[in-house]
Amino acid sequence: MIRLEGLRFGYRLDAPVLQLDRFELAEGRDLLIAGPSGCGKTTLLHLIAGLLVPSAGRVVVDGQDLAALSPAARDRFRGRRIGIVLQQFHLLPTITAMQNLLVAQSIAGLPVDRGAATSVLNALGIDERLDAFPHQLSVGQQQRVAIARALVNRPRLVLADEPTSNLDDAAAAAVIDLLLSATQRQGATLVVATHDSRLKSRIATELALSRAPVAVLA
Amino acid sequence: MNLVHLAWSYLKARPLGTLLNVLLLALGVGTIGFVFLVDRQIGERLDRDARGIDLVVGAKGSPLQLILAGIYHLDAPTGNIPLEAARTLEANPLVREVIPLSLGDALRGFRIVGTIPAYVELYGGELDSGRVFGATLEAVLGSSVARTTRLGVGDRFAGSHGLAEGGAEHADAYVVVGILKPTGTVLDRLVLVSTESVWHVHEGHAAGNAAAEHEHRDDDREVTVLLVRYASPIAAASLPRKINAETNLQAASPAYESARLFRMIGVGADVIRAFGGVVLATAALSLFIALYHALNERAYDIAVLRTLGARPAWIAMMLLAEALLLAAVGGVLGLLLAHALVAVLAWWLSAQDSLSIGASAFSARELWLMGPALLAGLLAAILPGWRAARADISATLARRN
Repeated sequence: MIRLEGLRFGYRLDAPVLQLDRFELAEGRDLLIAGPSGCGKTTLLHLIAGLLVPSAGRVVVDGQDLAALSPAARDRFRGRRIGIVLQQFHLLPTITAMQNLLVAQSIAGLPVDRGAATSVLNALGIDERLDAFPHQLSVGQQQRVAIARALVNRPRLVLADEPTSNLDDAAAAAVIDLLLSATQRQGATLVVATHDSRLKSRIATELALSRAPVAVLA
Repeated sequence: MNLVHLAWSYLKARPLGTLLNVLLLALGVGTIGFVFLVDRQIGERLDRDARGIDLVVGAKGSPLQLILAGIYHLDAPTGNIPLEAARTLEANPLVREVIPLSLGDALRGFRIVGTIPAYVELYGGELDSGRVFGATLEAVLGSSVARTTRLGVGDRFAGSHGLAEGGAEHADAYVVVGILKPTGTVLDRLVLVSTESVWHVHEGHAAGNAAAEHEHRDDDREVTVLLVRYASPIAAASLPRKINAETNLQAASPAYESARLFRMIGVGADVIRAFGGVVLATAALSLFIALYHALNERAYDIAVLRTLGARPAWIAMMLLAEALLLAAVGGVLGLLLAHALVAVLAWWLSAQDSLSIGASAFSARELWLMGPALLAGLLAAILPGWRAARADISATLARRN
C-alpha cells in the first residue's frame, strides 16, 4: 500500500531531517509510525499525504508515485484516495457537521451525496444533530465527525496524526477503536503517527523513527 | 456545499465585519449611482425640453437667463420685446417657424404662457381631455398642473401677477378647455393660453373686445420670448450674429447654453462622484484588511481544506468568491440606495415646482455600476488569495501538533 524508497527530506541535502532507505507496507496491514516528538513523524505523514514533496527518493501510495503527479493531480489524488484525521479533529467551524462531509466530497470532485455522508456518520454513531455546527457538538462528537469526513470519499488510505495525544485512556481507546473499526469496515489502510505508547498494542506493524535523522527498518 | 457556499458561510460567521463592508460598498456605489442617475435624468430632461428649438430670441440680458426663462421656465425672463420683432423674424427666409411666448403670470406657482398651439405640437403634447385653447381666456393645463391644482375641463381660475405664488390676482378668469397628457417635458408644468389672452388680461379689456382691439394695436404689442426653428442649418452661422449685432434683441443658442449650464452642474457632480470613489476605495481597503486578517484566523481551516484535496487555486477562488459575494450584495444595495436618493430628490424638486426628474425606473444600463463594487472586491482579494494559495500547509498543521 505504501512504498518508500531512498527517501530524504530536509532543507539542506547534507543534513536531512528525515532519511528512510526502504520501507514497504503490505496491502491489508495497518501501520503505527512511532517515535518521540520532533523525530519527523508528522513530516513523514505529510510526505505520504503528498502535502510535502521529498528532497530525494520516492513515495508510492496505492501504486502511484506521488512525485510523478502534477501538484494539482496530487491534490486530487489526496482528496479521493487518502483520508486525513488531524490531531485537533479540526472541523470547519462555519458549516454544519453534515456540510463538513459534503464539502469533502465536493473538493474531491465527487458527486455531493447526502445519503452516503449520512450513512458514514451513522456508522460512526452520529445519528442526530447532523445539521449542528461544530461548536454545538461535544468533543467526542466532533472527533467522530472528523473521522467520518476522512472516510466519506471511501479512501484507500487513512492517515491520523497524533489522534490520541490529549485524551485520557478511555477516550484514547475509544478513538483508536473507532479509527480501526471504521477503516476496517471500508477496507482502508490506517496509518497512525504517534508518540503515544498506549497504541502500540493495537497496531501490529510499527515504523519506529528515532530522534537522529536516520531510520529505520521494516 | 461548494466553494461559494463555504465562502458564504464565512461571511455569515462574522456578521458585523460583513455588515460594515457591505455598508461601505453600498454607500460608495449608492453615491456614484445617485450622481449617475441624476446626471442622466437632468441631461435627458434638458435635451428633451430644448429639442427642436434652434434659437431663443428675447430682450438683452444674460443668454443663460434667456434660455432658463424661455425654454426651461426656471428663471425670470430678461424683459419683453415688441411683437414687431417676431413679424420681422418670421419674414426671414432662414427661419422656418417662430413660436412667441408671453410670460408674466402664474397659477399657484405654475407659469401661464401665452403662445400659439404650435408650442404644444413642438413637444408632441396630446390632449387627455377637452380641446386646445382658441378664444381669449381659454386655457389648457399641463398634466402636473392639473394634478396639483385639481382643476378640470370647465373650471375657472384667475391668474396672479408675477411668476411666484402670492402675486395680486387678475380680475379676469380663465376657463380650462383642455388638459394635456404627461409628456415628460416642461409642458407638464405650464398653463397654456393664447397670446391674446395675456394681452387681454394685462390691458384690462372687457371680454369679447380683444380681437377687435388686436387689429389696430399690433404695433405696440409685446411678447417675452421667441422660440425659433431654422429653415436651414446655414442659419446657425449667420442669424444669431445678425440679431445680436443689428437689433436691440438678444439671440441665444439652447444647445450652447444648456451645455454651459450642464458643465456648471457637472463640477458639483464630479465632487460627489469623487466622494463616492473615495468611499469605494475605503470599502476595498476595509475588505482587504478583513480578508488579510482572515488568512491568519483561518490558516488551519485552509490547511484542512488542502488535506481534503483542495488545490491552491481553489483556496484563492474561495477568498475571491467571498469578496465578490460581498461586493455583489453591496453593489445591489448601493443601486437601491441610489434609487432611494433619487426618489427623495424627485420628491423634493416636485415640492419646489422646479425642474422635475422622473420616478427612477431601473434600467439595464445601471448594471455597470456593479462594476466598481466588483472591482473593489477583486482588488481586495488578489493579495490575500495569492498568499492563501501559497501558504505552507505542512508547517501550519505541524505548528498545532
